[in-house]
Amino acid sequence: MQQIIYFLKKFRFFLLFLLLEIVAIYFTIQHHSYHKSKFVSSANSITGGVYKKTAAISDFFHLKTENALLNEENTRLKNLLEKKEIKYSHNFSVMDSSNYTEKYEYIAAKTIKNDFTKRNNFLTLNKGTKQGLATDMGVINGKGVIGVVKNISSNYATVLSILNKNSKINVSLKNSDHFGTLIWDGVDYNVLQISDIPRQAQLKIGDTILTGGKSVIFPEGILVGTIKDFKFENNQYQEINVQLFNDMSAIGHVQVIKNLEKEELIKLEQTLINE
Amino acid sequence: MNNIILTNSFRFIALLLLQVFVFNHIHLFGYINPLVYIAWVFLFPIRKNINPFLILSFLLGLSVDFFSDSGGINAAAIVFIAFIRLPILKAILRKSDFDYLLFNLRTVAFSKAVLFISILTIIHHFIVFSLSYFSFEDFMVIISNTLITSIFSVLIILLGIALFTKKK
Repeated sequence: MQQIIYFLKKFRFFLLFLLLEIVAIYFTIQHHSYHKSKFVSSANSITGGVYKKTAAISDFFHLKTENALLNEENTRLKNLLEKKEIKYSHNFSVMDSSNYTEKYEYIAAKTIKNDFTKRNNFLTLNKGTKQGLATDMGVINGKGVIGVVKNISSNYATVLSILNKNSKINVSLKNSDHFGTLIWDGVDYNVLQISDIPRQAQLKIGDTILTGGKSVIFPEGILVGTIKDFKFENNQYQEINVQLFNDMSAIGHVQVIKNLEKEELIKLEQTLINE
Repeated sequence: MNNIILTNSFRFIALLLLQVFVFNHIHLFGYINPLVYIAWVFLFPIRKNINPFLILSFLLGLSVDFFSDSGGINAAAIVFIAFIRLPILKAILRKSDFDYLLFNLRTVAFSKAVLFISILTIIHHFIVFSLSYFSFEDFMVIISNTLITSIFSVLIILLGIALFTKKK
């Protein structure tokens, strides 16, 4: 017994050091895993509240660009509406309620913190469970995909940015239905990469990339970016670089996507696994 | 005694806020964000009992982590340099025993102080970038990031210490 106490006394600094390091490394490993919810995140009321205060100040200086963005998005949506009208105008007298089923619901939110220089980046939003957000909801803005909601508290949420090692988003080409996975190599925050594109796909520089709709998180056809350059070696596409439409360093207002059919889809897929 | 507690609590909060709201948004050349909160380790009074120092360093690192969503990366790094601070200082000053209570970084020769700060900063930055990239593939990126960011961190910390501490 005496020996143990002597040992503890002699190494008390080292033992505390070891304990603190183990706790820190535990948090770090938790941080690198996609599936675990994290203890250390800025989605709590203290950090979220502080970020909200500072965002309120810096917002004032971004009003002009924010207005321009909104106008741009409005124009794009109006153009889309015009295209739709021709298609449906001949049978407007028939009101088929099944045409109006809502599959996605959008919730407006604002980023109060945005990282883009690290290897694994997160954003913080000013809305949480109280406003209807939940984990694994997609986050977009007028110009494209931003990320997926990860940690959530009652008033704040953190978003796993597409600029993160754990982010893998299904994307497809606009002009064909070949799809791949959007990843980030950590170099330039406005240039992302696509992997797993089949070699049959015909790529051209400047082709538009959209979300693929093969996940329950993002609807089909959300903007991502254009192909910047690519290499074709050994009959395989290597290093397809995508220039984003978004400027990831300046994210303001965003929309969070709630998939209303998500439970149904997951339940269906679960039955397949169980069989 | 009260004075020490007061200055250090103030320093803790000031460094945390400075790091989180100013230096995390510098983006020098697009990606360099100096980590200046480790000035805490250089300025904390040296005592025989380092337990309070280790715990406070851990809390500072963890607070920075909370604000920047980075797991326990900063906490792990700052606890490590807090633990090796005294051995490194002894090695640089080539003294096995010195007056703990009266030690002041400003009284040390300038070149030795710079060496002391640089070594601990580089070790700290290396741990931070290794843990945040977390793979051997990116070894060169980790090294280059460590060295470039260290240069700016050391410069800013030296400037800060020169401006905001008193020479006795």
